[in-house]
Amino acid sequence: MALDKPYADIPGTTIFDADQARMGYHLNQFCMSLMKVECRERFKSDERVYLDVWPMTEDQRQAVLDRDYNRMIELGGNVYFLAKIFLSDGQSFEQAAAAMTGVTREEYRKMMLSGGRSPEGNRYKREQ
Amino acid sequence: MARITAGVASSHVPAIGVAVDLGKTEDEYWAPLFRGYEFTKQWIVEEKPDVVLLVYNDHASAFGLDMIPTFAIGCGENFKPADEGWGARPVPEVQGCPDLAWHIMQSVIQDDFDLTVVNEMDVDHGLTVPLSLMFGQPEEWPCKVIPLAVNVVVYPPPSGQRCYNLGKALRRAVDSFDEDFNVQIWGTGGMSHQLQGPRAGLINKKWDKEFFDRLVNEPDELAAMPHIDYLREAGSEGVELVMWLVMRGALNRDVKELHRFYHVPASNTAVGHLILENNL
Repeated sequence: MALDKPYADIPGTTIFDADQARMGYHLNQFCMSLMKVECRERFKSDERVYLDVWPMTEDQRQAVLDRDYNRMIELGGNVYFLAKIFLSDGQSFEQAAAAMTGVTREEYRKMMLSGGRSPEGNRYKREQ
Repeated sequence: MARITAGVASSHVPAIGVAVDLGKTEDEYWAPLFRGYEFTKQWIVEEKPDVVLLVYNDHASAFGLDMIPTFAIGCGENFKPADEGWGARPVPEVQGCPDLAWHIMQSVIQDDFDLTVVNEMDVDHGLTVPLSLMFGQPEEWPCKVIPLAVNVVVYPPPSGQRCYNLGKALRRAVDSFDEDFNVQIWGTGGMSHQLQGPRAGLINKKWDKEFFDRLVNEPDELAAMPHIDYLREAGSEGVELVMWLVMRGALNRDVKELHRFYHVPASNTAVGHLILENNL
């Protein structure tokens, strides 16, 4: 029996469930490694070489090189793991979220300061 | 006898920790948020808890995907702040309370909650940001802390009901400990927020305010709320709010609300904070 996914109809949202966690295992474990200074340095000195150490798919590696966070999430990444990438790039959760929503940091911050993204029209895919 | 005298709920946004560490708490952006904790800072100095049972979630710091405990209790002597990718926060080491932690572990497991025991782990912003909010920047944290980590990163987290019932088991465990400890329980995380994908930035003030009210006045009913409601209404990361129910379950049915604070935004998140006094 397939897993019940009542959240599949939420727009713009990927729930990090069993299927995603399995698909993204090595991508996320690579991210975990960036909590160690020496691994961050290895990654920074040659990203491609360091990524090749990890048994990820080529699509996952490319998404990391592109810093395409939505794509990484689609391929099984989870934001708390991916945070090790953007934090070691000197970026904040706010900057990463702005990038994922396709606006500038200033636009994003302005939206948050005016109360954030409204749930109206954002609960179900059919509303979009 | 040990007793749980109060419950505290608070968000644990990492950017709050950065603001504290970089001395930005008076900045225009951050000042309104920190004002909301002024009452608490005064109150907690008077309350002098001996131990805080701190319910939080690890954010892929101590637990990656190699091990994913649903509920884990820190029984170690101390816990270092984690390096989350930009170096560890410059905050004191957290002193554990192994006597009480091991007692809780034994009591709660015999009460049908199979906690994972963790002796060695670093603690991330989920645990240290609430400490900074309540205690500021002391040389040493003024009390012992028992970390209680709940998985809310890999779906599914434990249900609200399970969290609420765990709170009740924690209460029984603390009540049966011989030493005369003043124990507080803190539930952290939330409120509405989503950090990922095109829907990032979701904030649902109306829902958050109802959550506050129901947590205080009708926790039994609130505990039955399914995950999908949190995810859809409060954002994918808003599901952290199940951890507030652990705190609430450890308190009496009737509590006195001492303080409530709500602020948008801290980075991507709606910040909620509550103090509930357990009338003993």
